[in-house]
Amino acid sequence: MDKRTVYMDYNATTPLRAEVKEAMKADLDVYANASSMHELGRLARARVEEARADVASIIGAGSDDVIFTSGGSESNNTVFATMFHRGRRGGRTGVVTTKIEHPCVLNAARWLEDEGFPVRFLDVDNTGRVDMDQLARALGPDTLLVSVMAANNEIGTIQDMEAIGALAKKAGAYFHTDATQAVGKIPVDVDRWQADYLTLSCHKLYGPKGVGGLFIRKGAPIEPLIRGGHQEHGHRAGTYNNPGILGFGLAARLAKSELDDYEAKTRALRNRLRDGLLSAIPKIRINGHPDFVLPNTLNVSFPGAEGEAILLYMDLAGIEVSTGSACASGSLDPSHVLLATGLGPELAHGSIRFSLGRDSTEDDVDYVLGHLPGIIARLRAMSTVDA
Amino acid sequence: MTSAFSWLYSDVVKDHFTNPRNVFSPDEDFKADAEGMTGNVKCGDQMLFMLKVEDDVIKDVRWKTYGCASAIASTSMLSDVIKGMTIRDAYNIKPEDIATRLGGLPDNKIHCSVLGDKALRAAIDNYLEKTGRAGAFRNEGAKIVCTCLNISDRDIEEAVKQGARDWEGLQERTKIGTVCGGCRKEAEELLHDYVHIFGD
Repeated sequence: MDKRTVYMDYNATTPLRAEVKEAMKADLDVYANASSMHELGRLARARVEEARADVASIIGAGSDDVIFTSGGSESNNTVFATMFHRGRRGGRTGVVTTKIEHPCVLNAARWLEDEGFPVRFLDVDNTGRVDMDQLARALGPDTLLVSVMAANNEIGTIQDMEAIGALAKKAGAYFHTDATQAVGKIPVDVDRWQADYLTLSCHKLYGPKGVGGLFIRKGAPIEPLIRGGHQEHGHRAGTYNNPGILGFGLAARLAKSELDDYEAKTRALRNRLRDGLLSAIPKIRINGHPDFVLPNTLNVSFPGAEGEAILLYMDLAGIEVSTGSACASGSLDPSHVLLATGLGPELAHGSIRFSLGRDSTEDDVDYVLGHLPGIIARLRAMSTVDA
Repeated sequence: MTSAFSWLYSDVVKDHFTNPRNVFSPDEDFKADAEGMTGNVKCGDQMLFMLKVEDDVIKDVRWKTYGCASAIASTSMLSDVIKGMTIRDAYNIKPEDIATRLGGLPDNKIHCSVLGDKALRAAIDNYLEKTGRAGAFRNEGAKIVCTCLNISDRDIEEAVKQGARDWEGLQERTKIGTVCGGCRKEAEELLHDYVHIFGD
């Protein structure tokens, strides 16, 4: 088989799509400061507001309720910083989140914990879904914030957002969701989920890096993480990143209009990959939820083979994926998400995440199916551990 | 492609990773005189060394690993280097020597090269034991403190003699407790004792 490059790491980031790239290039000439009162400034600002409407639309929000940030990490941190200030002024202080959040939520929650806020990290079941009974018991009159990611980046498991939102609101808490991986892959609706805050990222949507968004429901408190000028109603200072914001708007508009096609296409390819791996490689394990899972995501454990070695053999064959192995993370522990689902350390070390995208093809899937069985067989043959 | 890969690993590492030398194959008839295993699958790597020894010289070697690219490459290199060596010389090979021959390893990967070296020492210890010389290259009664990486109280003593004065310094020299961390309390007590004896 001829060597080629097969990118299957779309949950890490996506390529900039051609239409977005062209629109951004044109926008680079719109140099005026979008906060300026003159005509050029007003023109630049109009483009920002048009993009805002497109971004708000993909999550079912009004355009007044979305601010632009530098990305998902900033959006998430803005919410936690807001809760810090809120809690400091008295009243509720409890924070409820999960063990499988993205590190920026986990570390923001740990920061609040260090500051004396009671923080509860909920367990998930073996498919990665939040334990709803445990959530209900964790909520109380002191609960300030519930923060649960809509879909997990590693295993793709989708939470029951409507039920979680309903419980959070019933307890009188603010409800935040990190929807970075969900937006553009599955329907997202801030009203159905009763979200007070929702985090978006642009570069997962075939838009540029360095741009994100935060939905803030009217009436929910918001404290700027970056203080300065009056941009974003004073919620986030800094000169508008015009080309990035314009790219985000267009990427969101296209993603919304193509959502059905995207879901159908990636699901078919993902299932082809999953079924092909199951029939070609013995004793593998599919991680995550069988049904409540992002259509593009497949997380697989290969007993007897270590994930970083698998990843680098695949890399040499031109296949780009991710692993939950500690060896690839710079830390000594394997994926916190897989461990939280109860997977043993060996299966977590031997896990590979395939995430497909709008540019993926059947040829890509077949190329992986042509190479991976040999790689696994080879690593298993030299392994001290039986598969 | 070469430069993209060497961003992570050297060409020598890549060569040993893609064409590992002396890997044990279940199809062959390799009668080992001694075996040593170290590491823990829980920690993400485990290593087995098998030796054929004649007159205290290593005649042939096989190994197996559950481990990452660095573990595979460094063990492959180590297995090549020790052929024809006396068991005493092989016992004293330092992981840094292997890392150097590999053209260097990323900092966070040194741990992986330590594992091959420890497994080799375990195999040689096994040989010494079988030939009635248990612990000949190591003080009698050396006690394994860090079971993940097979690090003994003698290793901690040696590290202190070389300048380790605190937990970080000890970890820098030995990688102790970098896997499960369960040995930290016992290791810190020993560290305290040795610093008291050898400290300045």
